[in-house]
Amino acid sequence: MAHRWQNDLTHRDVTPEALFWNRRRLLAGLGGLGLGAIGAGMAGAQEGELEVNSFEDVTSYCNFYEFGTGKTDPATYAGQMRTSPWEVEITGLVDRPGTYGFDQILSEMTLEERIYRFRCVEAWSMVVPWQGFELADLLALAGVQEGATYVAFETLLRPDEMPGTRYPVLDWPYREGLRLDEAMHPLTLMATGIFGKPLPNQNGAPLRLVVPWKYGFKSIKSIVRITLTDQEPPTSWNMANGREYGFYSNVNPNVDHPRWSQATERRIGGGLFARRQPTLMFNGYEEEVAALYTGMDLAKFY
Amino acid sequence: MDLSALNSALRRIPTWALWLIGLAPAVWLFWQGLTGGLGAEPIKALEHRYGELALQFFIATLAVTPLRRHLGVNLLKHRQALGLLCFTYVTCHLLVWLLLDVQDPAQILADIAKRPYITIGMAAFLLLVPLAVTSNRRSIRHLGPRWRLLHQLSYPAAVLAALHFVLLAKGFQIEPLIYLGLVLVLLALRLRLPHLRRA
Repeated sequence: MAHRWQNDLTHRDVTPEALFWNRRRLLAGLGGLGLGAIGAGMAGAQEGELEVNSFEDVTSYCNFYEFGTGKTDPATYAGQMRTSPWEVEITGLVDRPGTYGFDQILSEMTLEERIYRFRCVEAWSMVVPWQGFELADLLALAGVQEGATYVAFETLLRPDEMPGTRYPVLDWPYREGLRLDEAMHPLTLMATGIFGKPLPNQNGAPLRLVVPWKYGFKSIKSIVRITLTDQEPPTSWNMANGREYGFYSNVNPNVDHPRWSQATERRIGGGLFARRQPTLMFNGYEEEVAALYTGMDLAKFY
Repeated sequence: MDLSALNSALRRIPTWALWLIGLAPAVWLFWQGLTGGLGAEPIKALEHRYGELALQFFIATLAVTPLRRHLGVNLLKHRQALGLLCFTYVTCHLLVWLLLDVQDPAQILADIAKRPYITIGMAAFLLLVPLAVTSNRRSIRHLGPRWRLLHQLSYPAAVLAALHFVLLAKGFQIEPLIYLGLVLVLLALRLRLPHLRRA
């Protein structure tokens, strides 16, 4: 079931395609454009203007440690990763466990566009126009069983094609996880493209998670396994340093990373004299997702 | 091995040439940052490159004594310039952090107090200030034997600087550990253990 969450803007609504490709600065979040169908709850997420980053920013400045720890390493080395054929194993507490081909998945899904803020735990941010489908729809394909409470994800691990995995930077393969209600939330996207093109390898081709209210490392790339489980799954950064990277890792300006403040962020693409901007609670998606964490101490469950 | 030819060639390199070559990356990197050559996020890139250059000049400075003592290569004439180039890059690194990266004075103070890797980096910088100030001939004459003692502050400063780099890495990364290893080796070579002393 696509279009559960109605974006109140798409870049095509705002600017002609040609201008979109050529213009770095793009207005993409004006509330007064009369695009209609704006859910009352969506207003908070889209207040003010969202400026989409350039394709070059999004594809040249990446964290994908399987290809190296430098920001440009993924763009340099990810071309070696073979993404076709691609299969995703969906396993655990599901009715129809098995291996799902990427094309088979695509044939069952309706792609839609989502323009989301993207906030890295390193205190930088972008705005990215994604294409994809809701994770909930993919999980429905496999049939989530009663009793499943968490979803675990795994990235491809192919050391010949992923030079970064030859070093023990993290305990490979990269692993991430969500609570089932987070996974089923309409904002939670499985992305297959950006800027209307298939995902470039450095951005997690061919299929990646996008959870816009969490720090970027939760949005695991190049997924090959999805496991429904009844226990909180181990996650890579949490395993590497649990004090710094919690399981939840919701964007929260009031809970600092032990080594730096999370109160502000720097938008990528602003050059050498870019100013910092305040970080928004749940990355600006508070109205949509705060209810998931009612009664939880967010400083404790960081 | 007769190193006198090499040593006299090294001695003939003018100090201004070393400064020119040493400062060129500072200017070049800043220009690259301004014109997009450092990628989509030039502030962090510039900060890291200046920091790395500071460590590299620090290691070069610390290598002067062991090179002379163990290999007979004499770079003593250039030690002052190497040390001051290190200090110049530390200052550039710090200025980028203060003015371009963090920007907010209250946040700067909070970071220095609260974040161990920043506290350590700042301590390394403060240890280097008196060394930069007394790096001239007049201070050497004026301070006499105390000058040597004072300049041994470079040893803890180098360890703290390398530690600063190690502590800011995400995950297990080798590069910062190589810098720390080099610093420790260069300091260990200064230990005058009885059994290591040459006859």
